[in-house]
Amino acid sequence: MSTGTTKLDVVVSDVVPINDLVTRFHFRRRDGALLPTFSGGAHVVVEMRDGQRTRLNPYSLMGSPLDTREYTISVRRDDAGRGGSLFMHRNVRPGMEMVISYPVNLFSLDLRARKHLMLAGGIGITPFMAQTAQLAAGGGNFELHYTCRTASLGTYADVLRERYDRRVRLYHDDRDERIELDRLLSSQPLGTHLYVCGPSGMIGWVCDRAAALGWPAETVHFEHFAAPQPGAPFDVMLVVSGKTIRVDEQQSLLEAIEAAGVDPPYLCRGGVCGQCETNVISHDGKFIHNDHWLSEEEHRSCRKIMPCVSRFEGRSLVLER
Amino acid sequence: MGITFRKETFRDDFTFRNSPEHIRRFPFPFHEDSYMYAVNIEPHVVGPKGSVLENLIDVDEHYVAEMQDRALVLAEDPLRCQSLPHMTLAGWDLLELLMEQQALGYPEHFTLTRDGDRWRWINRPLGIDDSFTFGDVSTLPYGPMEYITRQSQGDFCILDQRDGNLWMDAGMVTTQADWSLDFDIGMNFFEWHAPVPLAHEKGIFTRALKFLTNIQQGKPARRLNWTMTVNPRLDTSPENYHKWGPDRATVTPENVGEKVHLRVELQSFWRLPRSNGIVFPIRCYLIKMDELVTQPKWARRLHRVIRDLPDELANYKGLTRYRPTLVEWLSKLDDGSPTSPGFGPD
Repeated sequence: MSTGTTKLDVVVSDVVPINDLVTRFHFRRRDGALLPTFSGGAHVVVEMRDGQRTRLNPYSLMGSPLDTREYTISVRRDDAGRGGSLFMHRNVRPGMEMVISYPVNLFSLDLRARKHLMLAGGIGITPFMAQTAQLAAGGGNFELHYTCRTASLGTYADVLRERYDRRVRLYHDDRDERIELDRLLSSQPLGTHLYVCGPSGMIGWVCDRAAALGWPAETVHFEHFAAPQPGAPFDVMLVVSGKTIRVDEQQSLLEAIEAAGVDPPYLCRGGVCGQCETNVISHDGKFIHNDHWLSEEEHRSCRKIMPCVSRFEGRSLVLER
Repeated sequence: MGITFRKETFRDDFTFRNSPEHIRRFPFPFHEDSYMYAVNIEPHVVGPKGSVLENLIDVDEHYVAEMQDRALVLAEDPLRCQSLPHMTLAGWDLLELLMEQQALGYPEHFTLTRDGDRWRWINRPLGIDDSFTFGDVSTLPYGPMEYITRQSQGDFCILDQRDGNLWMDAGMVTTQADWSLDFDIGMNFFEWHAPVPLAHEKGIFTRALKFLTNIQQGKPARRLNWTMTVNPRLDTSPENYHKWGPDRATVTPENVGEKVHLRVELQSFWRLPRSNGIVFPIRCYLIKMDELVTQPKWARRLHRVIRDLPDELANYKGLTRYRPTLVEWLSKLDDGSPTSPGFGPD
């Protein structure tokens, strides 16, 4: 099958600043039709035409899945990032025509759960916006614990409190408020599923404590918001397509491969779905693996790389692509 | 111009027949003169006019009779239709998919009108005109999956996706090739495929699962599978083996053409939007040998495929007992000349 997903031609219908760091973007279909239905936790890949470059960044859909007149995403500005969020904040205006992918869900609710326990950190709140809307509409049982740096950076905290009242609990870093994780995880009814989305440290902490407290792995769900990290430039030889390419400091390996006119499959562009997995033919140097797809053993073997988030430092790298 | 629906039976007097147009559109599954498993999955996109792929959900001249046969099966054995409690949302997804596709492909027979949650569904061949609230189970006479699959040809399995696997958690299965939903319900992809010979060793299921869990919304996929059935019986379930199993001993050189049927399954795979599940429609097409051999290319090729089939596969497909009789009968229609590439008749 061809790469990625089916595309949607959309127009930016609104741009709403939420706080110092986060702006919300609304998309409608250019032909006025309804957008495809989606499920809570789904993301779309937004294509950004930034001069000569095409950036493809995934963002969680945060509107209600029951309303498909428009899609909404929230983008946190990352001044030290590779520029995708800055492009969204600086260049995207209402009326602009853009292309986004069909929704893909790699952070799905387990509908068998008797209760959904959700833990969000910072901008990791966005998939829970859609999931709570979906669950609330169907009478689902959920509880959301949301940590943010300060009240003014608590994106949508007010909206969530107003919608769901005591089902939402807020924690502010500047007031030294902390989730009492062990107590929370030890006091859940049988059949509870745990969902966590936020910074890597938080995900690791929650998953480790859940495992230590005896939560079955099938009941713990997480979504890493791993954007590709910038790094030193490196050269790569693609043997199947017969090309040698340079990966710039601000570019991911996957983006460099695409810029050379080669179309590997992808879905998440964040190191979790496994679609762009690529075999290493030979190398002389060191891999910087940033993905959550390959096992530690595979990382050590140096025989595979996930080009969406991982990089390389050294003299030569030859890939089967 | 609409479809002329045949009055026919798939049991007792077995009056099932294909019209000449339906013989030509039969999805013959062999593109060459031999057969072995392969991951033969391709995008499920619209195919040529007049083929079974003209619409992504195919409705044909057997529609009304098949729905009547399904109702008879369900009356005797309600466990052919099951949906675990967490699968109701996926049932609504399927109802939307089948209503939209049938209304799109056959507007003279089906009409869907939507006003927010207020839906009206008109199914003229079955004389149904129902208004209901989408998402409200109490406004339909059955659960959403059962309601719409009593009005759609083919079996339907709805698979929940979790933990990197697919789980058979709901389905309507009345036209199956010797497998049981009641037995498989709740099993994962590897568990329900455990009885299939040879394919595990080839790593086929591991690759197929990887592909299926990555099926995307708006990008369905399909494959063909096949077996053979004695008498045009849709319900060849393990539950009713005592009814159809003995038929396999009734094949004689005189009745091969009338009794032996090639049974082809058009299987498709669709991501469901609200539940993030996968629906797997298994659409069964039957053609009797007398009908199939009206296309000389198919007669020659089927002879070669059945003759050279590995014994394990012949056994798994239940052909062993009557294979010699069938091969002998088909051999008279095979002059040894080459067959043209591709599936279609010459």
